[in-house]
Amino acid sequence: MDLFHNLAIGFATAAQPANLLYAFLGCLLGTLIGVLPGLGPLATIAMLLPITYALQPDAALIMLAGIYYGAQYGGSTTAIVVNLPGESSSVVTTIDGYQMAKQGRAGVALATAAIGSFFAGCVATLALAALAGPLTATALLFGPKEFFALMILGLILASVLSSGPFIEGIGMVVLGMLLSLVGTDLNSGSQRFAFGIPQLFDGLDFVPLAMGIFGFAEIVKNLEQDDKLSLVTQKITNLFPTRDDFRRMVPAMLRGTALGTLLGVLPGGGAVLSSFASYTLEKKLSRHPEQFGKGAIEGVAGPESANNAGAQTSFIPLLTLGVPSNVVMALMVGAMNIHNIHPGPEVMTKNPTLFWGLIASMWVGNLMLLILNLPLVGLWVKLLTIPYRYLFPAIMVFCSIGVYSINSGTFEVYEAALFCVFGYVLIKLQLPAAPLLLGLVLGPAIEENFRRAMVLSRGDATVLLTSPLSASLLAAAAIAIVLIMLPTIRARREEALQE
Amino acid sequence: MKGLAIRNHRAFASGALFLAFAIFFFVTALQYPAGTAAKMGPGYFPRLLAIVLAAIGLVVMFGAMTPAAGREALRKWDFKGLAWITGSVILFGALLFPLGLVGALFVLIMVSSRASPEFTWAGALANAAVLIVLCLAVFVYGLGLPLPVWPSLLN
Repeated sequence: MDLFHNLAIGFATAAQPANLLYAFLGCLLGTLIGVLPGLGPLATIAMLLPITYALQPDAALIMLAGIYYGAQYGGSTTAIVVNLPGESSSVVTTIDGYQMAKQGRAGVALATAAIGSFFAGCVATLALAALAGPLTATALLFGPKEFFALMILGLILASVLSSGPFIEGIGMVVLGMLLSLVGTDLNSGSQRFAFGIPQLFDGLDFVPLAMGIFGFAEIVKNLEQDDKLSLVTQKITNLFPTRDDFRRMVPAMLRGTALGTLLGVLPGGGAVLSSFASYTLEKKLSRHPEQFGKGAIEGVAGPESANNAGAQTSFIPLLTLGVPSNVVMALMVGAMNIHNIHPGPEVMTKNPTLFWGLIASMWVGNLMLLILNLPLVGLWVKLLTIPYRYLFPAIMVFCSIGVYSINSGTFEVYEAALFCVFGYVLIKLQLPAAPLLLGLVLGPAIEENFRRAMVLSRGDATVLLTSPLSASLLAAAAIAIVLIMLPTIRARREEALQE
Repeated sequence: MKGLAIRNHRAFASGALFLAFAIFFFVTALQYPAGTAAKMGPGYFPRLLAIVLAAIGLVVMFGAMTPAAGREALRKWDFKGLAWITGSVILFGALLFPLGLVGALFVLIMVSSRASPEFTWAGALANAAVLIVLCLAVFVYGLGLPLPVWPSLLN
């Protein structure tokens, strides 16, 4: 069996003591930073990126993946204990998780989240391993026009799912794509929008932009709203769910995992969509819908399983097609590029140990999180008591050193400062930054494939609609736009995405 | 004045921002050869995107002026916080080589801490000491990142 053979390669890589150590460190640091209020996975990865610079590519990727899961799990802890979602994917966890904590069942809620995440992680890893081969094979059949259509679909879906009006999300995508054109045009070798600044010849770096917007500007925003955290301070004692809890959480976990695994694969999907969908589903199916919002364990088990499954399977489009489906994945692209890995169908064929090692380490990472989090819950909760005035300078320091270390130059530091101001403007205008980053990451590939498709068709744009595969991808994008414009769906989306 | 008036100031400003970027990119792209659809030059795709963005900007601006638009004001800006944070980052960049990592971090931490309404000198100094030691341990000695630790005059 190919699958088992491949997984064996993967586990051989992941189980090397050094890689185990990096996976462990990644999970530990990811949770440590991710647990801090106001820091989502994106900011956490951006902050911890410099730590991986010195590592070998496979070790660096394994550690980054660990950081990502750790951050994700840390966010859930914050959601349950202080009613503050680190990121949109744990928004729904605050609803019932915090209520459970208020009833003195914080330990049970945290354990439920950990068990649900672990189970979902196992299933999603298998799904990833099983789907990677066939999807990569499909990707190799894709020509320029199909890739173009696929990326357009991904960007449209991502804008549909971001908060705020759809048209503004699309505007941010296009703006991001325009920013991505800064630098050398690969076809002609000429400079565009570089204004003679040599540091811009390679294009705008992703990391300073992400840190400026999600690190620095976010701090300015957090300092403005000095709301006190409502920490549930009582000691967390009982971690173990009762038999009745198990009876209620297991089906929710199964459903959440299935839903998350499926939705994570979608371009534009991932953890956020999965957790919302799962919460809605659990509430619909429950015999006691009135308990939701008052500490129903299903409301924690379902979404927490779903967001972890989605977080994991969102690696599928990235690793097989080279298309990041959400901002965190876009940041992973940036991180991989630093290590000279360009995600896409070639990674699996050219670098199988790295590819399967990463997949195997996802499972290892999930196991570590389970082992790490249950005993360390008390420590994480203590971290939450650090006042923000000590915390944010630490974030500033990590981000600044991280930005500097990309090229060992101060140009990137100034770039991040500029994007801090820009990010603040976006916050004030309530424009979503996530689509901007996706546009920035996908822009060059979209232009490249568009130009190639037009060369092949001698400038005939209708070819995008006459080839069945690209036509159906574009049709799906068009359907998404039409659906979002329908008044009823628009209202429900606004309800679901409001924070 | 029943017809068009800016009702949603937030959306109007967002649309104007899109339009401004679109014009900037379009005008700049005019110096690059466009080529034809079959053989695109470096200026083709930027112009195309800029036109799309301009259209989106106009739609958003127009949408903010229709009678159906909900009333929304611009949010209040906190230039002080923004200035402390952005300024501290710029200072870090400017001082890293002349002062070295320790000095630049100290300035970064002290200046950015001022952005907090709960700033105290003692708290910020203690925080700076802890963070500088931590950074030296992790980045310089632990990871061996090439960072100038001490002022360049000493080397």
